[in-house]
Amino acid sequence: MVTLNINGHDTEVDADPTTPILWTLRDNLNMTGTKFGCGMALCGACTVHLNGQAIRSCITPISAAVGQKITTIEAMETDGIGKAVQDAWVKHDVPQCGYCQSGQVMSATALLATNKNPSDADIDAAMSGNICRCGTYQRIKAAIKDASKALA
Amino acid sequence: MRIEWMNAGAGGPDGTAQLNGGSGGISRRGFLKAAAVAGGGLVLGFYVSGGNRFALAQQAKAVYAPNAFLHIGSDDSVTVMVNRLEFGQGIQTALPMLIAEELDADWSKVKGELAPAGDAYKDPLFGIQITGGSGSVAHSFMQYREIGARARAMLVAAAAAQWNVAPDQIKVAKGVIYGPAGQQARFGALADAAMGQPIPEKVTLKDPRDFTLIGKPTPRLDARAKSTGKQRFGIDNHFPGMKVAVVARPPVFGAKVAKFDAAKAKAIKGVIDVFEIPTDRGGSGVAVVAEGYWPAKQAREALAIDWHTDGREKVASDSQFAAYKKLAGQPGTVAKDADISKLASAPKKITAVYEFPYLAHAPMEPLNCVVDLKADSCTVWAGSQFQTVDQAAIARTAGLKVEQVTLNTMMAGGGFGRRAVPTSDYLVEAVNLAKAWNATGKAGPLKVMWSREDDIQGGYYRPAHVHRAEIGLDAKGKIVAWNHTVVGQSILTGTPFEAMMVKNGVDSTMIEGLGEPYDVPFRLSVHNAQANVPVLWWRSVGSTHTAFVMETLIDEAAHVAGQDPVAYRKDLLGKDHPRHLAVLDLAVEKSGYGTKKPPKGHAFGVAVHESFNTVVAYVVEASIEKGKPVLHHVTGAVHCNRAVNPMTVEAQAQGAIVMALGTTLPGAAITFKDGKVQQQNFHQYTVARMSDAPVIAIHIVPSEDAPTGMGEPGLPPLAPAFANALAKLTGKRLRKLPFDLA
Repeated sequence: MVTLNINGHDTEVDADPTTPILWTLRDNLNMTGTKFGCGMALCGACTVHLNGQAIRSCITPISAAVGQKITTIEAMETDGIGKAVQDAWVKHDVPQCGYCQSGQVMSATALLATNKNPSDADIDAAMSGNICRCGTYQRIKAAIKDASKALA
Repeated sequence: MRIEWMNAGAGGPDGTAQLNGGSGGISRRGFLKAAAVAGGGLVLGFYVSGGNRFALAQQAKAVYAPNAFLHIGSDDSVTVMVNRLEFGQGIQTALPMLIAEELDADWSKVKGELAPAGDAYKDPLFGIQITGGSGSVAHSFMQYREIGARARAMLVAAAAAQWNVAPDQIKVAKGVIYGPAGQQARFGALADAAMGQPIPEKVTLKDPRDFTLIGKPTPRLDARAKSTGKQRFGIDNHFPGMKVAVVARPPVFGAKVAKFDAAKAKAIKGVIDVFEIPTDRGGSGVAVVAEGYWPAKQAREALAIDWHTDGREKVASDSQFAAYKKLAGQPGTVAKDADISKLASAPKKITAVYEFPYLAHAPMEPLNCVVDLKADSCTVWAGSQFQTVDQAAIARTAGLKVEQVTLNTMMAGGGFGRRAVPTSDYLVEAVNLAKAWNATGKAGPLKVMWSREDDIQGGYYRPAHVHRAEIGLDAKGKIVAWNHTVVGQSILTGTPFEAMMVKNGVDSTMIEGLGEPYDVPFRLSVHNAQANVPVLWWRSVGSTHTAFVMETLIDEAAHVAGQDPVAYRKDLLGKDHPRHLAVLDLAVEKSGYGTKKPPKGHAFGVAVHESFNTVVAYVVEASIEKGKPVLHHVTGAVHCNRAVNPMTVEAQAQGAIVMALGTTLPGAAITFKDGKVQQQNFHQYTVARMSDAPVIAIHIVPSEDAPTGMGEPGLPPLAPAFANALAKLTGKRLRKLPFDLA
C-alpha cells in the first residue's frame, strides 16, 4: 500500500511504487480526467500538479509523490485559478475533441499561478509541451490571456 | 413498445425532403414514434432504407430497425440522438441545433447523445453509419430539421386539442407553447399528450429568414465537460471485473509469431494471462491481459518473441520512392484525357516531381475498445467512425449475427479517419483477443489498449505518393498542355468501397482534385503501387497531396508567365467557379494581399482548393528564421454554403490549418526500413505545437444554399499556400513534404 495525497485527501492505493501516477489515477482510482497520450512526457495530456508544479504523470512514479501534494483536473473547479481557466476555456469554445484539454488546463493553471500576466512567448514556452491534435492553440492562447485578466 | 409507421413514399412527404445535392439517395423514408422511454414523453424516430449509394455487399437486403432520434421528457429536456461520432468536429452540437431550430426548443434544455450502431442511424446518402467525407451536416441537414418540425407539429396539435383552438392560432417559442387566449404550456407538460397525436404527413419547414439558431455562432454543448475532465471517452470506460489487454504486434505487417517466452511477463504482479492471437493482415501477435494498463505494458516489454517474417514484403522508404519516381516517368492507366500535343513545342516548360510520405493520424486518444463477448452476444464500446462496417466485422469475427452485436459509440479523442477502417482492424483483433480469453475459461469485459507506439507503428497511413507533372506554356504564359502522373497505393481497392469508388483501376480518392478547377488541357495517368503497408484516408484524403501539387504548380506557372498568382488563377477559373472566386477575393481583401507590403523578409502565399463540396482559400504570410520556415499569419475564406454553426466552421478551419502545418514540419513522415516503421512516438513523428502555430483569421462567405462539409476542407490549401510564400522568398520551389529548405 502506498499513501498519496490527491486533491487534498490522503488516499491508499494498492500499486507497485514504480507505477506512474497516471495509471494509479486511472486504473486504481478510476479518476479518468487525466489522460494518456504518449507515455513518454511528449504530449502533456497527462499533466497534473505536484506541489503546484505541472508535471507529466505518465513518467512520474507514485514513489516520487509520497508525502507530496498531487492535484488533478478533478480539483480545478474548486481552485480559483483553475476555475478561471476553465471558464475562459468555455467562453472561447476551446475544446474540439477535448481529449488533451485536461492537460492543457493543468499546464495553463500552473503557468498563471506563477506568472499572472504571461506574454505570448511565456505562453508558448509553458504550453508547447501540450499537443492538441485538433489544433486549438489560438483559442487556448486567447483563453489564457482572458483568464489572466479575469484573475487580475 | 408501441410503434406506428408513417411510410411517406418516394421523394419525401412534403417536397422538402430532398437532400442536399438532390442525389436521390433516399428511396423511402418514414417516421416513427415509440413509447418506450421510462418517464414517458414524446419520442420520435426516423428510418431510411434503400438507395444506398455505397451499400456493402452483405447489406444488399434492407433492414428496417427503428430507433429514436428525439426525446422530449416531461422535465422539458430535449435529447437528440446524434447519428455520428463526435470527435472534435462539433456534430454533437450542430445536429441538435437543427432539431431545436424547427422545434422552437429552449436551447438550454437541449443535449446530444451519440447513437449506437443501428440502421436508423445510417447516413441518408451513404447508406451506412459513418462519420466521414465531411458529410455529417451536409447529409443530415434536412433529416434532423424534419424531425424537429414533426415533433413541433405534434406538440401544437396536442395543445390545440387541450385548449380547443385551431393549431394555426398557436405559437411556439423557446420550449413554450402559447394559445390565443393567453394559454401557456411547457414542452414537458404536453409531451405525453403529443405522443397521442398522429405523426403529421406533411410539415412545413421554417423559412430560413426565421432561423434563430441555425447560422448563429453557438458554443459547443460539450465545452464545459471537456474543460473539466468530466467528459468520458472510450478509454475511460471502466466496468466491474474488466481487465486490460495490450498486444505485441509483428514488427513487419502480417508477420507471425515463431515462438515466444512469457515466463518473465507472467511473473509481473497484476498479469493474468499471456497468449497468442491472430492479428491484422493474416499475422499473429501476443496478447497480455492484466489488472491494468501498467502491468500489461510492462509484461509486454518483458516478452521474448521470435518473429517469422519470411514471405512478407519488407518495405524500405528509399527504394520505394526510387521505384515510384521511375514509375512516374512512364505512362500509367489514363484517368483523364486531353489533347496535350502542344507540350513538345511549348516555348516554356515546367517539369516537376513531388514526394509525399506516409502519415499517421495520431489522434490524441490512442485506439482502444472494450469487448464483452458472451456465447450469444457481443457488446463493444468504441469511438467508431464506421459503425455499420464495424458491427458486421465484430459479428463475423465473433461468429454471431449482426443483431447479436451491440456497438456503443463512444466520444473519441480525435480520429481523422483512423476510426473508419474498412477492415475494422483493431476491433477484429480485439474480438479475436476476447475469443482467445474466453477459450481459456475466463470471461468478462476486456479493454484493449493501444500505446502511442502502437498507434504510430500500427499502419493504416495516408499513403505515400509521387507526382510528376510536365506543363507547357505558350509565349504569353498560358498553359497549353499538362501531362500528369501519380503513383501510390489505392486506399479503396480490396475494400467494400471498391465497386463504387474505383473505376477502371483508378481510385477516385487518389486523383480527387487533380486537374481541377482550372480550365487547362490536363492528361492524368495513374500507377497503383503495391506495398506491404496498410493505407487509409487521412483528413481530406486525396486532397492532402493533390491540392499541394495543383496549387504550387499553378503558382509556379503564374511565376513563369510573369503574372500575379491571384490574377492568374482568377483568369483560369473564368466564370464557372463563382465560389472559388468568392473565397479568393475575400481572403485577398482581408489579408491585405496586393495592397499592403508584408514586413521585410516576409512574403505572401496563396492557395485555393475545393474538397467535399466546400471551397477554401488561404493567404498566408511566412518568413524564414534561422533557416527554418515560419508561418506567421493565415487569412482564410471559407465557402461551405450555409454555415449552420459559424463558430464550428471557424474552429474546423483553424484546426485544419494547424494539422496541415504539422505535415510541413521536419519529422512529419512515417518511413520504413527493412519493413519496420522507423518512428515510435511524438519525438520522432512531428505534429504541430503551439510554438509552431500562426495567427489565424477565418472569414465565411455568406450563402443560403444547402450546407456543405467542413471537417476536412480547411486542410488542403494550407501547405501549398505556405510553400508558395517560401518560394517567393527563396526562389526555389518546394516539391517534397515535409519541407526541406536545404
